[in-house]
Amino acid sequence: MKDITKLIHHYLRHDKKFPHVWCPGCGNGIVLGALIRAIDHLEYSKDEIVLVSGIGCSGRMSVYVDFNTLHTTHGRALTFATGVKLANPKLKVIVIMGDGDALAIGGNHFIHAARRNIDLTTLIINNSIYGMTGGQHSPATPYGKMATTTALYNIERAFNISELAVTAGAVFVARGTVYHAEMLHKLMEKALQKKGFSLTEIITHCPTFFGRKNKMGSAVEMMEWQRDFAVPVEKAGKLPPEQMEEKFTIGVLVDKEAPGFLEEYEKVKTKAKRIHQQG
Amino acid sequence: MKNVTRHKSPKFFWQGNEAIVEGALAAGCRFYAGYPITPATEILEWMAQKMPALDGAFIQMEDEIASLGAVIGASLAGVKAMTATSGPGFSLMQENLGFACVAEVPCVIVNVMRGGPSTGLPTGPAQGDVLQARWGTHGDHPIIVLAPSTTLDCYLVTRQAFNFSEKYRTPVIILSDEVVSHTREVVTLPSKDDFPVIDRTRPTVPPEWFIPFETQGRLIPPMSAFGDGYRYHVTGLVHDVRGFPTIRPDEVHAFQRRMQQKISEHYTDIHWVEPYYLEDAEQIIIAYGSVARSALHAVRLGREMGKKIGLLKLLTLFPFPRAAIEKASLSCQDLLVPEMNWGQISREVKRVNRGRCRVLTLNKFDGTIITPQEILKKLSQN
Repeated sequence: MKDITKLIHHYLRHDKKFPHVWCPGCGNGIVLGALIRAIDHLEYSKDEIVLVSGIGCSGRMSVYVDFNTLHTTHGRALTFATGVKLANPKLKVIVIMGDGDALAIGGNHFIHAARRNIDLTTLIINNSIYGMTGGQHSPATPYGKMATTTALYNIERAFNISELAVTAGAVFVARGTVYHAEMLHKLMEKALQKKGFSLTEIITHCPTFFGRKNKMGSAVEMMEWQRDFAVPVEKAGKLPPEQMEEKFTIGVLVDKEAPGFLEEYEKVKTKAKRIHQQG
Repeated sequence: MKNVTRHKSPKFFWQGNEAIVEGALAAGCRFYAGYPITPATEILEWMAQKMPALDGAFIQMEDEIASLGAVIGASLAGVKAMTATSGPGFSLMQENLGFACVAEVPCVIVNVMRGGPSTGLPTGPAQGDVLQARWGTHGDHPIIVLAPSTTLDCYLVTRQAFNFSEKYRTPVIILSDEVVSHTREVVTLPSKDDFPVIDRTRPTVPPEWFIPFETQGRLIPPMSAFGDGYRYHVTGLVHDVRGFPTIRPDEVHAFQRRMQQKISEHYTDIHWVEPYYLEDAEQIIIAYGSVARSALHAVRLGREMGKKIGLLKLLTLFPFPRAAIEKASLSCQDLLVPEMNWGQISREVKRVNRGRCRVLTLNKFDGTIITPQEILKKLSQN
């Protein structure tokens, strides 16, 4: 308990902007806790971290932490973060978005940031719904589920966020859940240490809207669903495909190397300066 | 890398868009993000060539929304930043433009106007985006809009745009047009001492005392860069002096009032017009952008014929330079406002004129310029 108090006092704007806006039972606090533990363990200074968020419940996360924080426009967090990182590559830039934020309005920026491979640690909190506006279906709402904007059920298919990131070229892709909280901060540590564009997808629950509309019970019952349907990626390969139906993998899905934008641009700068000096 | 600048002589043969790039670099711009669009693409291309050797950053983004997002991010990290576009891209930028206003992020946005609406006339000049530049982003907000009409103007206006943006912590919009941006002219640059470079004020208090939007009687708070040790919150939400979201009416009111005042109270500093032959003019043309070029030629032709006509060229479009218009309206019979639109600045002129003299309009929107002859004809008809 003492350690937690120390973390709260060191990293949260505990005397400024609390209580927070999240509903009872929300998973966002677990995500924030995991992120703070990861940052603390890696011993980054608060001054070198820039936390960039978009709009929605997840967007509020930037208000609560004592870093350089930037609460941007809806879907555009990655574009602002790209500017920050390119202008000062020494900064550690972390981007937090929700599923609607990152994949609907921000979908184009998301695939291009992954393709460009600029050094950004991106976290997408996937609660399968638009929470802040009251429960509309998002690009991550599964087919057949209920939302306030589905007459009977959702007739659209959902994006698989992690697979989209892999296809777009992200060099590090991981998936975790808020139920697996210990695993989550370890995944975040790996993501933070990775050079290049990393994506960590965090499966969470929105008991207030997604849970209520789909009769999934309380926050605890929704977390039990995460426990029962998440399969560690190491185990998933050994299971017969029929046992993986409706389940999802957690863990590090991709960890590879590719040329990064910043490193490549540095090379261009060095060459250009040499040509300039030679006249 | 043929285009790397080597200023051996103060004389250059530049295209307008090239002069915008040179003006930006001279003002200290070291970050450019953009997306290709006619007739602004040359700015993107020249920046791509020049930035690396100057240790600056260049990135071609996936669209104009992303371009302005990256520019705002770079400015928050302490680097002077710019983007350039034309009508369709400018429309896409409107949301992030509002963010830059509310979060008070210095940045420069160039809109090389082409015929609209929509895809419109991509290769033809127009001035249809004047009121969009003023009112395009949602919500009431102050803004600075500048309009060059010559290649030298392109250079000077861009330098000044950066100075205004840094001084007043605001986005500044440069409205060029296809003719201004693509005309090539010989440019003789003024000495550097005549045009000082202004940088944003940075906080000097210890970080633990720093209150990011506390102005202490001034209207523009000092601005720290991410990584400087002054950790603070930047948001598009209306915020209190500590930078955190607020809905308290007294705090919202104070915020909104300061937003307006920081521009309106510096009106005389931002007010930038050029008078030509106004002393005895009975008819005064009020023009900006490429139309001001035709207007100046018309004035010179008219003077040769003995006509008492003059030109008031506007370089600042907003905040609207009402003092110069008022003065002109007191001394002449006719004000003529030729524009390549249905009449956007002429509305402002009529508002300021308050019936003192006749306000004539000459509007053309067919993708071609207004000629000096058309201006002279309009004046002689009245």
